[in-house]
Amino acid sequence: MLTIENLHAQVEGKQILNGIDLDVKAGEVHAIMGPNGSGKSTLSSVIAGHQDYEVNRGTMLMEGEELDDLSPEERAHKGIFLSFQYPIEIPGVSVTNFVKTAINASRKAKGLEDMPANIMLKKIREKSALLEIDSRFLSRSLNEGFSGGEKKRNEIFQMAMLEPKLSILDETDSGLDIDALKIVANGVNKLRSKDNAVIVITHYQRLLEYIVPDFVHVLFDGKIVKSGTKDLAIELEEKGYDWIKEMA
Amino acid sequence: MEFKEKLLASHLALEEKVDLNDSVHQTRLESLKTFEQKGFPSPKDEAWKYTSLNAMVRQDYALFPKAETTIEIKKVKKYFLYEIDTYKVVFIDGVYSPFLSDTTHDGLDVCLISAALSKAKYRDLINTYFNKITNKEDSLTALNTSYTLEGAYVYIPKSVVAEKPIEIIHFSTGKEKALWLQPRNLIVVDKNAQVQILERHQSLKKHDVVTNSVTEIYAHQDALVDYYKIQNDLSTASLIDNTYISQEKNSNVSVHTFSLGGKLIRNNLNFYLKGERCHSTLKGITLLEDRQHVDHYTLVDHASPNCESHQDYKGVFSEGSKGVFNGKIHVDQLAQKTNAFQQNNNILLDDKATVNTKPQLEIFADDVKCSHGCTVGQLDEDALFYLRSRGIPKKEAKALMTYAFANNVLESVELPVLKKRINKLIAKKLGVNLGFDL
Repeated sequence: MLTIENLHAQVEGKQILNGIDLDVKAGEVHAIMGPNGSGKSTLSSVIAGHQDYEVNRGTMLMEGEELDDLSPEERAHKGIFLSFQYPIEIPGVSVTNFVKTAINASRKAKGLEDMPANIMLKKIREKSALLEIDSRFLSRSLNEGFSGGEKKRNEIFQMAMLEPKLSILDETDSGLDIDALKIVANGVNKLRSKDNAVIVITHYQRLLEYIVPDFVHVLFDGKIVKSGTKDLAIELEEKGYDWIKEMA
Repeated sequence: MEFKEKLLASHLALEEKVDLNDSVHQTRLESLKTFEQKGFPSPKDEAWKYTSLNAMVRQDYALFPKAETTIEIKKVKKYFLYEIDTYKVVFIDGVYSPFLSDTTHDGLDVCLISAALSKAKYRDLINTYFNKITNKEDSLTALNTSYTLEGAYVYIPKSVVAEKPIEIIHFSTGKEKALWLQPRNLIVVDKNAQVQILERHQSLKKHDVVTNSVTEIYAHQDALVDYYKIQNDLSTASLIDNTYISQEKNSNVSVHTFSLGGKLIRNNLNFYLKGERCHSTLKGITLLEDRQHVDHYTLVDHASPNCESHQDYKGVFSEGSKGVFNGKIHVDQLAQKTNAFQQNNNILLDDKATVNTKPQLEIFADDVKCSHGCTVGQLDEDALFYLRSRGIPKKEAKALMTYAFANNVLESVELPVLKKRINKLIAKKLGVNLGFDL
């Protein structure tokens, strides 16, 4: 689904990614771990198309198409979803209305009519129940005054509504207590299928107890220095990142 | 003949229309003298540095048009809050339209200032309130006063809650190629009384119309007044709005100004906090394009202790439009424990638009909390990225962000139907197709 080869990227003249190789197939869950400053969030921003990041070498192919040529919205239309570490607030636009706008924007890009109101409503009910979100929450302004947990749950709610092919969860576990973490992880697990894939970006192993990855990659200094199975995450939890740094 | 000269000369024609023995005629004559001495403000005046009336007053205008007093309702329905029942005071080319109006004397007065000026039973009220809080040095106010003829008169007696909002609407038909209107409104809200008022000026077809309006609002002890100004006129219409508000102890007055269309708009909004524990709210949304010009000139005069004032003006400008904000807060030496806040935030959507923003704080008391802030900027790139990453195209994402930026000023609007209307109007202006009911 997503094939990244020798990806180099910089922001404001500073080289952050130094040759990433990553192959994500449909049905898989990949975890990307690493210490602070290793380039984890940069990788997610580059895949989603943030304009501040410049790809200066390598390729990113989504179902065979080079992503670097596409705008962020075109990438979204192709089925890429990024759950933000720090979602932004939009006063005056409710969660429901925002999600409707996003869904219909993607449909329009594909030449489809707006989703009929009754189907939209049914879908909203179904997906909000999955994430234990009540209707009052849905009529609040997007992310305005939300707690850290509410913001993250709302991100996963948007993911559930947009049904992306590839979801990137950037530090979705940060700021979550254990109950919220379980709800979010449970939501992600229920959305998994043989046709979609998930990249979980995290500093800690904790989230991976609930969203069990097929592959774990360790990012350091803008490169993947070690890959393995879920056992690698446990090893990292026990030993910390220092041995990785030494290895690199 | 210059327009100023015409105004001075034509005053004789006004005298044929009014009762020379009515209680305010002397005030008219004195005010005319003030205008004669001062003339129109020029860009040399500090208060008019960024807004020039030179081009406006170089032209000639009709002062006393022959008005038709009826318009087909279906042509103007959309300018009213037709969804709900309201009192209405409606003028067509400056002349009262009984056909479109819905006035009352039943427990409260919603009627005409011409009636209040001429009838003996109102004389005491007129003597107490008419032209009492206006700035006597202001030439445009003086000009309006000198031509006092028609406008709305509202009196809400003690402890009465007006159960319907009041709409004051001025239509201009365009029958006169160029028209100069000077409505005069007087609103008195007695102790513990409450009222919601909505004012709009609307041309029905493109023509040069200038409205130089004066409104005096008196909020007595414990009174509650919500005033909404809808400025969404055609690109040929100009408005100089002079509003003076006097607040007694514990009163609560809010003025929301929605400046969404017009050629040149100047809002001189003056609050005088005369009693303790007053609350004053001044909010505005300005959304301009083309060569439109809006100037907000606010004064909050804290003359008593323990009062609170909040100002929040948002502006969005594009395509050579121009915005001005000058917010003056004066805190008297007596006005200890004053809380005065002022915020003016602006977004420039392209590099052809300009904004001049200037806070002016004059604080003579030592135990006060005052803050002000103004920003002029562009939309936040990270926020735009967030929206685009959800599949929303750049143009729509920008519109949605702009909408969200301006929209939160609406939170304090207490009339749900109006809130919805303005909301839709803003979304439409910005080209936000949200695909849902706002």
